[in-house]
Amino acid sequence: MNYPKPTKIIIAEKENADVKTFLFEYPQEIIPGQFFMIWIPGVDEIPMSVSYIKKRGVRGITFERVGDATKALFELKEGDKIGIRGPYGNGFKISGKRILFVGGGTGIAMIAPAVEEAINKKISATVILGVKSKKELFFENRLKKCGAEVHISTDDGSLGYKGLATELAKEIIAKEKFDLVLTCGPEMMMKKLYEICKNIPFQVSLERYMKCGIGICGQCCVDKGLRVCVEGPIFDGETLKSIEDFGVFKRDPSGKKVKF
Amino acid sequence: MDEDAGSMERIFNCGAGAVVTKSIGLKPKEGYSNPTVIELEHGILNAMGLPNPGIESFGEEILKIKKLNIPIIGSIFGSNSEEFAELAKKMQNYGADALELNMSCPHAKGYGLEIGADSKLVEKIASKVKESVSIPVFVKLSSNIPDLVDIAKSAEKGGADGIVAINTVKAMKIDLELKMPVLANKIGGYSGKAIKPIGVRCVYEISKNVDIPVIGVGGVTTGEDALEYIMAGASAVQVGSAIYYRGIDVFGKICDEMKIWMKNHGYKNISELVGVAHT
Repeated sequence: MNYPKPTKIIIAEKENADVKTFLFEYPQEIIPGQFFMIWIPGVDEIPMSVSYIKKRGVRGITFERVGDATKALFELKEGDKIGIRGPYGNGFKISGKRILFVGGGTGIAMIAPAVEEAINKKISATVILGVKSKKELFFENRLKKCGAEVHISTDDGSLGYKGLATELAKEIIAKEKFDLVLTCGPEMMMKKLYEICKNIPFQVSLERYMKCGIGICGQCCVDKGLRVCVEGPIFDGETLKSIEDFGVFKRDPSGKKVKF
Repeated sequence: MDEDAGSMERIFNCGAGAVVTKSIGLKPKEGYSNPTVIELEHGILNAMGLPNPGIESFGEEILKIKKLNIPIIGSIFGSNSEEFAELAKKMQNYGADALELNMSCPHAKGYGLEIGADSKLVEKIASKVKESVSIPVFVKLSSNIPDLVDIAKSAEKGGADGIVAINTVKAMKIDLELKMPVLANKIGGYSGKAIKPIGVRCVYEISKNVDIPVIGVGGVTTGEDALEYIMAGASAVQVGSAIYYRGIDVFGKICDEMKIWMKNHGYKNISELVGVAHT
């Protein structure tokens, strides 16, 4: 039932100054790319990608403190309760022999379990983690440890490639052949990457303001009534061709268009 | 759904005969914080708080839909007759085929039910809107009032062309673990199958006492549900929560189920069934 189940945080871990991971027991099956609606009682309820899919029903979310909801969430400790419903959405379709993953900023959180699934399926995984600066990075060691080839890009050059993740992706794609590119990050980054990956199968995770999470309120619709919470959040390159909103506008909580 | 042209187009293509927009007000409104929607055992509880982009921005959505020739009913809400009239004129100018006056949202302060419980105000708003536009005007009423029939009569007296009943039923859910209401607004409106008998009763009573058509709403999930409302006196039905229970193509499914029932029972035209339960 789509009701926020009060769930105890069993582990709370800081990934960097502003990013935290919470682990909890939530035994539903999860496909990488799916998300939960996370209720911070008395504050808000927000969509959040699943960042850990562990054994024995342990799942996790990883988030940056940016708005009121995530700031309040950041203050919670082990033993505190949050309401969880989901998982929602379709998830990535992970197949092929060689996949390039591009995670920008907190988009890295949902890319990580997808990389782990690819490795489990014996698919070779190359990962680009793009952040503004070294201090914003997280999950580098986790992804290296699982067997992925990890590249870092920083806008300020404080670590790895100096420049945008898309520029690094362009260089890597020019040298190597990939069956699939999966990405999650700022929409303009994903749009640029989509243009670079013209002939490579592509899957993108879109983010829109959400309310119900179960496909009835219409808040997160793109294009001709595609509900990001149901038909998304993952859309493939073919579908993106007709989504005029992609990289152009999103809607605020009132439904008004906001340009990227 | 129905906050933007794209989703309205999709709903129409899934078999709906017409589309009712989200309720639109004069200014953009973000609505309440989440949780705004939760599923309960027997239905869906929501308190959205009338989120809408405002009548000025909404024009482009309606214009897009009108280019596709999709029948559209513009739902509007205001706090007095002047606001309703202003919204009505704009909706008509954009090309809406009819209007629905929301006088029944159970959880919006100063709007909806707070207006729809006052029979004089209902009459005044209906007549003011009727003076301002030439397209049909429906008044959407709530079951959360004791004198529903009187209110429906007031709408009719004010010149309304039809009554829509019902809106969600005022309700609350408290979480035992957290010992607090789950909805951010605490109080919301309940929808889905659980409220169907309430809706059917209201439609029955209203249609018995007014001479204008009634549109039935509340828990319509199957063709049989729609037929029940029609036998109670409804000339049409609205569908919302069933999108969740049966998928977005529920509209076509309901129509098919109605046709099958009618065929099996020897009916050719749906109008033969409107209000048959009254005899």
